[in-house]
Amino acid sequence: MIEFISQPWPWYVAGPIIAFVMFGLIYFGNSFGLSANFRNLCSVFGAGKSCEFFDFDWRKQTWNLVFVTGNILGGIIASQFLMKTEVIDISTQTISDLSALGVENPGEGMMPESIFNLESLLTAKGIIMIVVGGFLVGFGTRYAGGCTSGHAISGLSDLQPASLLAVIGFFAGGLLMTWFILPSILAL
Amino acid sequence: MKYIKYLVLGTVFGIVLTKAELISWFRIFEMFKFQAFHMYGVIGSAVVVGIIITRFIKARKIKSLSGDPIEIAPKKFSYPRYLIGGTIFGLGWALTGACPGPLFVQVGNGYLVMLVAIASGLLGTYVYGLLRNKLPH
Repeated sequence: MIEFISQPWPWYVAGPIIAFVMFGLIYFGNSFGLSANFRNLCSVFGAGKSCEFFDFDWRKQTWNLVFVTGNILGGIIASQFLMKTEVIDISTQTISDLSALGVENPGEGMMPESIFNLESLLTAKGIIMIVVGGFLVGFGTRYAGGCTSGHAISGLSDLQPASLLAVIGFFAGGLLMTWFILPSILAL
Repeated sequence: MKYIKYLVLGTVFGIVLTKAELISWFRIFEMFKFQAFHMYGVIGSAVVVGIIITRFIKARKIKSLSGDPIEIAPKKFSYPRYLIGGTIFGLGWALTGACPGPLFVQVGNGYLVMLVAIASGLLGTYVYGLLRNKLPH
């Protein structure tokens, strides 16, 4: 059992579990959408005083903040106890593409550790990828009214045309960045 | 105590996202390069199972734990909101390799620098709140 758990989980295990997590939240009378947390946290930090969009009773959404606390906990448990290897089994083509773009050790660890670390916040590359990237995620998801969980999983599961459009947008932005903009940023 | 179930679900979600490498920047890059089926398989199978569950809830009129009817609110349709907002998110998704959920799971995995990405994401959400009435929806 533990042998199985220690392996990386294939897509056909992960996808259905995610769907059941969504069902759990629906069954408990809520919905599955992680970006709502960003709005809640803004409200917790007092953004409701200066902007009516955040002026709501975030205490009613406490479950959402508990869920995200679980996300952090799950990350700790999985990385500390359930991971045998630190190597991500990405395709050889991806490894050679990333090497050509100057990314060190592609596939080692969850992310390129030479970019995603505290020191790199002092470099242009780090600021763009971490700070600007985070800003676009926060701004974009709220503008689109949801993220991958809210639109791509929940919305598509309910066959919502709006969510399909949002997912098309997600991919348009991601493809534009990955194919045309990211190479220049990685070259910085 | 009523929050324990959310903590459990959230923890399961964090474990799945880590174990299936969905929080990996490398996996997101690979997905946008169409170099592996993995991410498409995860999202695709989640949606297929999700469609079955959602149909089942509607057909059987399943009630929630508290006994209320389950209602899934339809999203109001518009083009600019989803296309522009979605594209902006997609640009950030490919940069950070993460969506709002995975950002927290990455922190749990020890990538503390992603706290800065989360803080920046909160600022982005706040700026959206300020500009909301001026943006096309």
